[in-house]
Amino acid sequence: MSAVIEEHHDDHDHKPTGIGRWLFSTNHKDIGTMYLCFSFLMLFIGGTLALVIRAELFQPGLQFIDPELFNQMTTLHGLIMVFGVIMPAFVGLANWMVPLMIGAPDMALPRMNNWSFWLLPGAFGLLIASLIMSLMGMGSAPNFGWTFYAPLSTTYGPDSTDFFIFSVHMMGISSIMGAINIIATIINMRAPGMTYMKMPIFVWTWFITAYLLIAVMPVLAGAVTMMLTDRNFGTSFFSAAGGGDPVLFQHVFWFFGHPEVYIMILPSFGIISQIVPTFSRKKIFGYSSMVYATSSIAFLSFIVWAHHMFTTGMPVATELFFMYATMLIAVPTGVKVFNWVSTMWKGSLTFETPMLFAIAFIFLFTIGGFTGLMLAIVPADFQYHDTYFVVAHFHYVLVSGALFGIFAAVYFWLPKWTGNMYDEGLGKWHFWLSTISMNILFFPMHFLGLAGMPRRIPDYNLQFAEFNQIASIGAFIFGFSQLILLYNVIKTIRGKSSEKATDQVWEGAEGLEWTLPSPAPFHSFTTPPTVK
Amino acid sequence: MSAAIRVASFIGLMLVSMQSWAEYHLNLRPGVTSFSQGAYDIHTLVMWICVVIGIVVFGAMIYSIVMHRKSRGAVAAKFDDNLTIEIVWTVIPFIILGFMAVPATKVLLAMEDVSDSDMSIKVTGYQWKWHYDYNVGENAQDISFFSNLATPMEEIHNKATKEKNYLLEVDNRIVVPANKKIRLLFTSNDVIHAWWIPAFGVKQDAIPGYINDAWFKTDKIGTYRGQCAELCGTNHGFMPIVVDVVSEADYEKWVASKKESAAAAEASSNKTWTKAELIEHGKAVYATNCVACHQASGEGIPNVFPALKGSAIATGDVSKHIDIVVHGKTGTAMQAFGAQLNDADLAALVTYERNAWGNDTGDAVQPADIKAAR
Repeated sequence: MSAVIEEHHDDHDHKPTGIGRWLFSTNHKDIGTMYLCFSFLMLFIGGTLALVIRAELFQPGLQFIDPELFNQMTTLHGLIMVFGVIMPAFVGLANWMVPLMIGAPDMALPRMNNWSFWLLPGAFGLLIASLIMSLMGMGSAPNFGWTFYAPLSTTYGPDSTDFFIFSVHMMGISSIMGAINIIATIINMRAPGMTYMKMPIFVWTWFITAYLLIAVMPVLAGAVTMMLTDRNFGTSFFSAAGGGDPVLFQHVFWFFGHPEVYIMILPSFGIISQIVPTFSRKKIFGYSSMVYATSSIAFLSFIVWAHHMFTTGMPVATELFFMYATMLIAVPTGVKVFNWVSTMWKGSLTFETPMLFAIAFIFLFTIGGFTGLMLAIVPADFQYHDTYFVVAHFHYVLVSGALFGIFAAVYFWLPKWTGNMYDEGLGKWHFWLSTISMNILFFPMHFLGLAGMPRRIPDYNLQFAEFNQIASIGAFIFGFSQLILLYNVIKTIRGKSSEKATDQVWEGAEGLEWTLPSPAPFHSFTTPPTVK
Repeated sequence: MSAAIRVASFIGLMLVSMQSWAEYHLNLRPGVTSFSQGAYDIHTLVMWICVVIGIVVFGAMIYSIVMHRKSRGAVAAKFDDNLTIEIVWTVIPFIILGFMAVPATKVLLAMEDVSDSDMSIKVTGYQWKWHYDYNVGENAQDISFFSNLATPMEEIHNKATKEKNYLLEVDNRIVVPANKKIRLLFTSNDVIHAWWIPAFGVKQDAIPGYINDAWFKTDKIGTYRGQCAELCGTNHGFMPIVVDVVSEADYEKWVASKKESAAAAEASSNKTWTKAELIEHGKAVYATNCVACHQASGEGIPNVFPALKGSAIATGDVSKHIDIVVHGKTGTAMQAFGAQLNDADLAALVTYERNAWGNDTGDAVQPADIKAAR
């Protein structure tokens, strides 16, 4: 018996074959790859919905879709991008990189890892099925915005709302299990000598993110469960007519929702903190303050949720508390930006694609941070709230923040994953087209919001026509630019004309993952390395 | 050198063209009330602080990107920590935030003080229109009305040229006197809406089961426009708000005329109409109240809003038809129009629906029939 196990262990690059390799996989690298591919697919689906929205908004008047379908588009675009693109991509990156960065052979709970992934296709199958049924004329898909405020989503929700509820439940279970796995891995499986304060920042940010997930995904599950019973079993949690409270829904939702927005940015902070030192050929500036700043942001994220609700008629003292607490977030966020700039300062900089995306991240995320500070100011928020100014703000932090972080990570680690260098020329094309078009797309939205255009409307007054047109042009350039990334990734995986990657890949790269061969073998660190 | 000239001329061109940009409203506007001005001032303050911080941080980054690049032979320095500078850039932001928080708090406290108002209006959100009731609080007037989108469907569907106030025009405007503190009370009949006039700096949610309040006061006579700001279903984008601020004398005149037309409507509900009159009036009532869901063609939107053309209700038993129009259908977007329209309007509406689009039932419903069915 033991001889068989020995034999198995000797074959380090043994891979299962066929469809079973993926369906039954317990390998962190394969599961990471599946998460990333799933996220990439969802990016194109969610992006297509965004282009439908921008096509309709290209001109005043109704041209392509009716207002009902428009609302379904905004709802599914938001849900797919948040839960189907950003979160799975981060979990995929964690699956791939956390074990490699801490010198572990795999995730701590490999079978649960498999299940967390395979719940996702089911969850999004349900959600997208509701859209397909809507397009086939069988009722309406979810049409109440990704924030699904009651009573629009309860008493007035379409039949497909129950599909949506089960879909959110499955996504939630998947996220919670993923988070438990990451925490268990980081606590138990670090290589000898890797103390907490020696962990790479990416591992740190994911460690904190995982706690946020465990804390708030059950709250979201609670919100949708109350919706489910309100809709089907006669309760009135969110119905004033039955003694419930529609504003309670918003409190519960945003108690989940605000930490959620940090869940979608902290791992990107980690990625940028890996990339900037590598291409500056210099250690990260202020490692420990980075860790403390991330923890402070995570803590503050729990006490600022009602800044999404300033117009619901809260008492003035509550408004003041949430305004001050929200403004405080600027301090640790500022520390992070200053640290990145100081890391670059007096470095020896080169500008490969990951670094370009990282620099764009710092610029553009900071702009999103500034508008976030403006939104915190209650009297001004009364003017900004629910306008395109908010749309501009959260796309600056989610597209040029979270998504650019993911792009940077893909370019940064793709050579380690595949053993081949990506096409640097195509990478630069992708970068410049994405960055320029992203600004053409989202910058004019600041002006639209300040001029008074509400969000989530399918048609608008003529004074908003020019900037909407500019934004739509930017949207189409941005959308089609992503095909370059798709082509580049496929080309690199096939590797026929690619340069082979070295083990270290990047001249300034430091850390355990770069001590492994490229591509990283199917089983790595079966004997733990020692960290000094 | 030539690059510098090109950059300079580009910036110059940008500045010259700023003139023509002005009409596109790049920035928030100061508005006409004390706190739209307050919001504008704090917006301007915070924005410029952000711009200055941005210039410093981005300037340092750009300097580093240009000067510390490897291709210029830059060699990486060894430092990776400095406690003093970490403390400095943690403390300075606190101080800057304080400079923002103080004026923001002052403006907010003024906004939230709704005491000593001169008159009140109760604002109720409906899918997808606003109802205004002047019969509350101080100086109450027996006036209440619905305010519907007045932009014709032809403009929305690109079959007619769009007017300047496209989607920002209503059939019944709110009229208020200048120089009076107007208190607004917000609630909703169905889902959450939000009442917003940018020029007043007022945005409040209208929530079913809640009553929120806000106020405004302005000395600038004029017309002010806004929109619903909270996603409230299919026609969220089609429920504008228009406020006429008028002189005290004009306000009195408006009150008198509103009361007269209310009396006339009362009288019309007591007379017997001819079928042709009913159909003509009913068509107008339909265009205002029903067309958004059931469409001008009476065909509705498949699987979302039912068709009336050839429907069992519109061609079947009259009393069932009247019942659904007057009492609505719970759990759907079909509202109880009995509470919104008078007997004459409802009689005309039902008559129109029973005779339009080939529903040739030949029925004529009289206001008295509606009164009996209420």
